[in-house]
Amino acid sequence: MKSDSSKNKITEILISAPTLSWLTVFFLIPTIMAIIMALRPSNPYGDLLPGWTLENFKTIFSPIYISVVWRTIWVSILSTIICLLFSVPVGYYMARLSEKFRKIILFLVIVPFWTNFLIRIFAWKLILNPDGLIHKTFVFLGIIPSGGSLIYNTGTVILVIIYTYLPFAILPIFAAAERFDFKLLEAARDLGATRWLAFLHIFIPNISKGLMAAAAMVLIPCLGSYVIPDLVGGTNSQMVGNLIANQAFVARNIPMAAAWSTLLMAMILLPLGLILCVKILLDKNKD
Amino acid sequence: MMNDFLIFENISKKFGKQQVINNVTFPVSKGEVFSLLGPSGCGKTTLLRICAGLEEPDNGRVILDGKDITDFSPNKRQVNTVFQNYALFPHMTVRDNIAFGPRTAGWNNKKIASEVHFFLELIQMSEHKNKYPHQLSGGQRQRIAIARALINRPLVLLLDEPLAALDLKLRQRMLIELDTIHDQIGTTFLFVTHDQSEAMSISDKIAVMNKGVIEQIGTPAQIYEAPTTSFVAAFIGDTNFFEGTVSEMINSEISRIAPSDFPEITVYNDKHLSIGTKVYLSIRPEKLNIAKTQPNTDKLINIFKGTVEDIIYLGSMTKFWVTTQNYKLSIIKQHSSFLLDEEPIRWKDEVWISWNPEHGYLLDQYAETDENLLTIPT
Repeated sequence: MKSDSSKNKITEILISAPTLSWLTVFFLIPTIMAIIMALRPSNPYGDLLPGWTLENFKTIFSPIYISVVWRTIWVSILSTIICLLFSVPVGYYMARLSEKFRKIILFLVIVPFWTNFLIRIFAWKLILNPDGLIHKTFVFLGIIPSGGSLIYNTGTVILVIIYTYLPFAILPIFAAAERFDFKLLEAARDLGATRWLAFLHIFIPNISKGLMAAAAMVLIPCLGSYVIPDLVGGTNSQMVGNLIANQAFVARNIPMAAAWSTLLMAMILLPLGLILCVKILLDKNKD
Repeated sequence: MMNDFLIFENISKKFGKQQVINNVTFPVSKGEVFSLLGPSGCGKTTLLRICAGLEEPDNGRVILDGKDITDFSPNKRQVNTVFQNYALFPHMTVRDNIAFGPRTAGWNNKKIASEVHFFLELIQMSEHKNKYPHQLSGGQRQRIAIARALINRPLVLLLDEPLAALDLKLRQRMLIELDTIHDQIGTTFLFVTHDQSEAMSISDKIAVMNKGVIEQIGTPAQIYEAPTTSFVAAFIGDTNFFEGTVSEMINSEISRIAPSDFPEITVYNDKHLSIGTKVYLSIRPEKLNIAKTQPNTDKLINIFKGTVEDIIYLGSMTKFWVTTQNYKLSIIKQHSSFLLDEEPIRWKDEVWISWNPEHGYLLDQYAETDENLLTIPT
């Protein structure tokens, strides 16, 4: 028996070895390197200096950057919430469609991925351009003043982020909704619940895993957004991603860029860790 | 009528091109267990869902306690459903499942707590109140589903094949429990099933459905002993069919009929059908006698000689298939005496089949299309 279980263990290790080594080489080691790098001092020419320092982290928390960190957080959370608000009804109706129409809609959700991400962002620049049809119509209708702009502000950044990440929210929610037993909604209606109450008390809790996956799929890349605020945002819509790029490519201050990256990582890992803790607690209660 | 508590009136329903329910009308009395019985696809579940408000009829009305509820949404009807696979809420405990209806209705917490307690006691599930549905067995889930529906004090409890997912032993126990609960609560039950023995054992009245219409409504005994159509006769238990015309009136109640390919049979003609009328005769297998020696020859008793084709020994009874005059008759013999003392009937034995005229029943209606139901050997 004992040799059997130890044999199993060896098999297990052998099977997971390729994945583990892949993750170690391309994920774990670079992450640790970035954290170590964040603790190194440097000079204005971009050279690494000997020794260790916490200066980089002190700079991060200086008041001038607080607004960027705060914007990164609220833009990401707001975008995630709006994405979820759109995807839940979409996922619900997709799951109720006939097999044929479901496939068509699924195809339509996925089809934007066939075009390069950068090209799609540039398309938005064209669509919202002051010489574009939408801008002119909005001015004509008096929705925006003639000197106003539809582009290069935080609102546009949020719009394009939602556009980009909506499919990532729809897919896991649809997957959860497809497994949902719609008889449960009938049961709730039968027991006196209105359509809305049945949806809220029965449908939503039962697709919670899909909701969490969707939230993670949107929130995490949102926090690290760099291209979108760079291309459609203005000077007032910079996010942490832009700071990292700036430090790495313009200021050539690699340790500073590493420090920002570490902060970004913490911003993602902390809520994820919290969600995990809550989930473990909930599961414990369930059993 | 005073007694008609729940009335289905001229209900029709189509799904696409298929007519699922075709102009069905019937009343259900207060407090009774009323079964809708039929093969799958006969429209019985659709009828139940129309009553629950989960399906809209194309035509007709549903009247409950004097009120036309046809256009009421499901949450506004005083009926509750026990779903086929129970449809318990997987993210809620047993207690929260049962309390769902009362909470939605906005009862105060004290009343909810005491009612939930009462129903947990009724279904003997108090010790499991904090468990989740996935931690329970099929029978336990079944009971939760019943309690969850009954706690709302529905005027009618709708049961959609509630026992189909359980194994045979459990099914029988749950039937008895359902019966007990019905006796204690007194709610009207509308019970949908495809299982004739289930319907027979629990119902006050049964409506046998086929292809969107009701073939017969009656008490279990009426349906079994006096089926009006060939479909009912064949669907409820086994039966032997003869087709022929009335050939001779012996007296006001006894006639002889001449089947096309069988000797004349003496029948009890209570419908007073005249000579020449085409008739269909159904005789239940347990009404036929089988013996190795010729029974006494009363003129009115039907006696035919045949050969045993098949025997199935079932402990409490034996089933025989006997060929006589090219007809294969199904016979059930109960073992009321100790079997091993008798000389047994064996395969290929010559036997005498006999029955009294009043043991056959003349059907009102015979449908050729039901022929597939008449395959007797099982």
